[in-house]
Amino acid sequence: MLSAILVVGLLAAIFGIILGFSAVRFKVEGDPLVEKIDKLLPQTQCGQCGYPGCKPYAEAIANGNAEINQCPPGGEQTIHDLADLLDREFVPLNPENGEVSEKTVVVIDEETCIGCTLCIQACPIDAIVGAAKQMHTVIESECTGCDLCIPPCPVDCIIITPVKKDLTTWQWEKPAVLGLNISDDNDLSFDKIGLIKSVNDKPAPGEPARKEQSTTKSDPL
Amino acid sequence: MTEFALILVSTVLVNNFVLVKFLGLCPFMGVSKKLETATGMALATTFVLTLSSIASYLVNTYLLAPFELEYLRTITFILVIAAVVQVTEMVVHKTSPLLYQVLGIYLPLITTNCAVLGVALLNVQTEYNFLQSATYGFGASIGFSLVLILFSAIRERITVSDVPMPFQGPAIALITAGLMSMAFMGFSGLVKG
Repeated sequence: MLSAILVVGLLAAIFGIILGFSAVRFKVEGDPLVEKIDKLLPQTQCGQCGYPGCKPYAEAIANGNAEINQCPPGGEQTIHDLADLLDREFVPLNPENGEVSEKTVVVIDEETCIGCTLCIQACPIDAIVGAAKQMHTVIESECTGCDLCIPPCPVDCIIITPVKKDLTTWQWEKPAVLGLNISDDNDLSFDKIGLIKSVNDKPAPGEPARKEQSTTKSDPL
Repeated sequence: MTEFALILVSTVLVNNFVLVKFLGLCPFMGVSKKLETATGMALATTFVLTLSSIASYLVNTYLLAPFELEYLRTITFILVIAAVVQVTEMVVHKTSPLLYQVLGIYLPLITTNCAVLGVALLNVQTEYNFLQSATYGFGASIGFSLVLILFSAIRERITVSDVPMPFQGPAIALITAGLMSMAFMGFSGLVKG
């Protein structure tokens, strides 16, 4: 009788220790899959996917409730990245969620603003500063162009403006999706020294190097 | 070597746990609607069954037998299986979030799979040694996976075929399982004993 209690108790204690140890050793902070998906999303928090932000959308993708093609700000690149991560087929952007547009920011017309603070509450990333009955303004470097502040504004003083390309806002073009965008049809006019073509048309080992003229008919990757 | 091959063939085909011994029917019916989930369940069960078969052999030989506590076998085996499943779940969650997502609820459900307990108890009853127990557990899980995947593939086809009204849903699934069981009884002449 005593030995039975001891043996089963010992066994339970051993398993308890093993489980307790592995609970610490294999601790998972949050949901790693959600974190991975969230990292690929553009973090505009615009809600165009139908979810309140990028994180909820990532959770919905991870649970299988949402398709991967509902993120207009991310565009094709994001869909490709998500398809790679989740081992799914590429699907074109769902037109119901919007279209890929160039990057915009909003500007508050400070003459008309009545200081109602409604746009401050709507902004998902706190890029609008101001106080009640005081003029508000948008921190342009923080604004993601999600346009969520426009519907609540009672006096329609918020204007969408495209980001002008100047020395402070200019960025390299996003890397082309491999095998799709690098071809002769694309505008490679910035590529004065023919760097991209020569990289893509690198001759296979053993094959004699082709001349520059012959690269005009580059085969798709 | 032939002994292990015989154990494998015997558990996979001749004495298949699902279709001949009728153990583990709940996941067999519950998880066989889609091929992907069936494959995930088969993988998880294979892992857990082999591991728990080994663990329960060790517990039985080195803990229960020396203290003459064989009457506590069932409850200790349940404890062993639950612990193995729990550790497996933690490890899979940490190392492969995608697999964890595919397996989902089925991973903890393996605890209640009677085939797992059945294998552990049958190991003791037939007085297998360590390697034989491991082979037996592995063969049982391969047999389980085989029929689960076969059955889910058949069920996927049934959903698109024209089934008479009274047989739709679980009825036709049970009839299919019965036919499969009869087919597997054809293997009974393969291994003697």
